[in-house]
Amino acid sequence: MKRRLLCVLAVALATVACSTTAPGTDSSSGAGGSQKVVLQLQWFTQGQFAGYFAARDQGFYREQGLDVEIKEGGVDIVPQTVLAQGQADYAIAWVPKALASREQGAGITDVAQVFQRSGTYQVSFANKGISKAADLAGKKVGNWGFGNEFELFAGMTSAGLKPASDVTLVQQQFDMQALLSGEIDAAQAMSYNEYAQVLEAPNPATGKLYQPSDFTIIDWNAQGTAMLQDAIWANTERLSDPAYQETTTKFIAASLKGWAYCRDNPESCRDIVVKAGSTLGSSHQLWQVNEVNKLIWPAPAGAGVIDDAAWTRTVQIARTAVNADGQTVLTKEPDAQARDNTYVQRALELLKTQNVDVVGSGYQPKQVTLTEGGK
Amino acid sequence: MRNRTRTVVTAVAAFVLLGALWEITKLVLPAAGVTVGDIRLLPRTDDAAMPHVWTVLARLAEPEVAGAAVARPVWLAVLAGAAFTLVLAVGGLALGGVLGALLALVMQRFALVERATLPYVVASQTVPLIAIAPLVAGWGGKIAIFGWSWQPWASVMVISSYLAFFPIAVGVLRGLGSPARADLELFRAMAAGWWTTLLRLRMPASVPYVVPAVRLAAAAAVVGAIVAEISTGTRGGIGRLIIEYAQSATADPSRTYAAILGAVVLGLVVAAVVGLLDVGLRRYRGSVR
Repeated sequence: MKRRLLCVLAVALATVACSTTAPGTDSSSGAGGSQKVVLQLQWFTQGQFAGYFAARDQGFYREQGLDVEIKEGGVDIVPQTVLAQGQADYAIAWVPKALASREQGAGITDVAQVFQRSGTYQVSFANKGISKAADLAGKKVGNWGFGNEFELFAGMTSAGLKPASDVTLVQQQFDMQALLSGEIDAAQAMSYNEYAQVLEAPNPATGKLYQPSDFTIIDWNAQGTAMLQDAIWANTERLSDPAYQETTTKFIAASLKGWAYCRDNPESCRDIVVKAGSTLGSSHQLWQVNEVNKLIWPAPAGAGVIDDAAWTRTVQIARTAVNADGQTVLTKEPDAQARDNTYVQRALELLKTQNVDVVGSGYQPKQVTLTEGGK
Repeated sequence: MRNRTRTVVTAVAAFVLLGALWEITKLVLPAAGVTVGDIRLLPRTDDAAMPHVWTVLARLAEPEVAGAAVARPVWLAVLAGAAFTLVLAVGGLALGGVLGALLALVMQRFALVERATLPYVVASQTVPLIAIAPLVAGWGGKIAIFGWSWQPWASVMVISSYLAFFPIAVGVLRGLGSPARADLELFRAMAAGWWTTLLRLRMPASVPYVVPAVRLAAAAAVVGAIVAEISTGTRGGIGRLIIEYAQSATADPSRTYAAILGAVVLGLVVAAVVGLLDVGLRRYRGSVR
């Protein structure tokens, strides 16, 4: 009897010991009375997220009274799910993928469209003569799948091709060796990452690095099937809480200030990202910061503002473009709460009082010289 | 002693042989590999897909991130990553081992528990790791134990133990049930209780079953830790290093192989440690029966 009592006691103790906590829900203050905020990224630390790291490193978050923890992504980490489940206060995610999660019940809202342009290319060797979607007919076309392929499929469809029968679809790895070895004719690539990788690889024919002139690029922005990518997502339900609204405005403001800093100081942002633990080489990292800058700046309506036309186009493609498995991203129109420009507008007002240039009308990208292996 | 020297020599020879085989493969097979129709039978063997052994070894000595302010060489990064993962895998093995052994003990004691839980124990291993990894990773920031908040590495350890507990549970259960009927009857005739029978008969008798089970569990723990690191993106370990390096494999393939080499060495170290356990328990081998 006594032993049984002990057992019950032990179980009870164990239950008490394991308490659950969620970020943000308790308005606990961190060091110096600042508020703790968790940001979930969609991948490892790299130039793609330079603005957030810069905002942390340069104290822009602290300026707003925020103590921001940046969580890196992983292969199986879905940022919008992490956000919806309350393990993060904000998440960075591509719009179509996040909207797909939203349709399945994730309560998230796009509160700032950081990347206003798409960074997805379809890259092929110049001698293959592939410069527009229609040229892909009869070619071996690489794609990543997992929701990263819809611009390509929409592009092919609008060029009158049937992706399932007019091209040979090849599932692509995340390195570019299949393109360089000729196993695929046109490979999917992000302007800021995979495209740089082919330019960092030695060309066996010349002994030097591959040159941009060796390749042709299909840029989906020019083809009219670009979809919105990196955006800051917030928890829809919590947006009804005035305290969270205020935090959201502050978080967006500080993040955009970080991106403005990276626009004006790309080298410094490269160093910040390398310091934050990226193992990509420094020239690759600078290339990445520079290319990402091109996706943000200039921002005529102000950085982070969700452009109506781009949003509508993204949703329209997400509803109509059919991928290799015969699926569309969305089955119905997302509701009005899927996006909200309120907080980014407030953030921009805030930044204007600080004399931060949030338009970047005179922005000129740098010329980055890549070295072998991105060193 | 002579025996141990021979083991070491054999291990080194196996490594050299593997390297030689790698180079011969590169030499003999065409650079584009072998394909029949659209189906690839043998891999590409060019320097991008299979860098020379010496390129990989040389890469170990070069800095991990060229141009970084604090440049540590690749070997140091790989070593640190392997050590980090080793700790998590050993922790996962210990956790899984204890849980597995306890479960086996309860299953052995109560036949009803065995019938009720064994199917679920088996089914637990059919759940894909990539499905549970994000779930366990999601505990981060949600669970606190006695005020200690859940850390990402703890998720990796739990996932690793999830794989390790299965062979141990099954092995221990089998081992505890292994004594011959005559031995059990002898113990009962001598009025030995359940504890005495367990300590003096069942446990010694289970050694030949448990040691191979621990071997399997150790390998599973290492694989589990590496996959969990990749899946959840936990920083610090060799798994994360492999995928991080693999990202730039297009232009720098040898760095990826350097990290894979680290994972191989990690596996060998764990196997060697379990081998020591085998040596320590040698006197129980086949002693009962």
